[in-house]
Amino acid sequence: MSVFYFVAFLSIFFALMTIFTKNPVHSVLYLVITFFTFTVHYILLNAQFLAVVNFIVYMGAIMVLFLFVLMLLNLNKDTEPLKSNLVKFMGVIAGMCLLVTLAASFRLLQISDPVVLKNPDIGLVSNLGKVLFSDFLLPFEISSILLLTAMVGAVLLAKNDPKKV
Amino acid sequence: METIVQNIQGVPLNHYILFCSIIFTIGVMGVLIRRNVIIIMMSVELMLNSVNLLLTAFSVHHGDAAGQVFVFFIMALAAAEVAVGLAIIVMVYRNTRSVDINALNRLRG
Repeated sequence: MSVFYFVAFLSIFFALMTIFTKNPVHSVLYLVITFFTFTVHYILLNAQFLAVVNFIVYMGAIMVLFLFVLMLLNLNKDTEPLKSNLVKFMGVIAGMCLLVTLAASFRLLQISDPVVLKNPDIGLVSNLGKVLFSDFLLPFEISSILLLTAMVGAVLLAKNDPKKV
Repeated sequence: METIVQNIQGVPLNHYILFCSIIFTIGVMGVLIRRNVIIIMMSVELMLNSVNLLLTAFSVHHGDAAGQVFVFFIMALAAAEVAVGLAIIVMVYRNTRSVDINALNRLRG
């Protein structure tokens, strides 16, 4: 039980470091650590498939893509555009207001049942695969079209246009 | 595996909701206080991840696998979004030589 609170503290700490660090490369690295703590959360919930997917897709693919673009654009601390302190202060105040509103509204819900694993096999690959390929077959196929569209769009956008230059 | 599973027994669902709200708020704050477009996109990823974790917690709590399938779809969607978004950022950088979000002011007519 205390493992959850320790990992949650680590997640919040590294998420805060992500948005408050000046250097963008350090920011990406802190975000990788944050996603790693999320993977630990999935393992604690016994959602093994999601833990592996989070580890490979988020920490592996997406974060490497971010880091690659940062390195490609040659960004570092000197080129980092900064907002004025007043705007930062107002942003933090606005975020805290949102958090207070969310916490107060969730407090009215009075959900305090402990999380109990009713069916410990629910997050295993075999069980999720059965659900995915029976109930969610059409969304699964449509998501493949989405990925193809995204791939074509990304290549088209990032390609150098020889006619323009 | 049994000890790992026993570790999570007893954490109230309220604490999961509060934790995910905090992470979501940090993402919102990141969007508000940074001007680098890439870091703004990273904050959006943080928000998506907090929602994913909350969906998984509810799915485990109710014993329903549909929630985890939805998380899988959200992850596929996030990958597509990041690919297109970063391509747009590279194109904007090529035209304006900066990743400042204020450089996009000229988009208005």
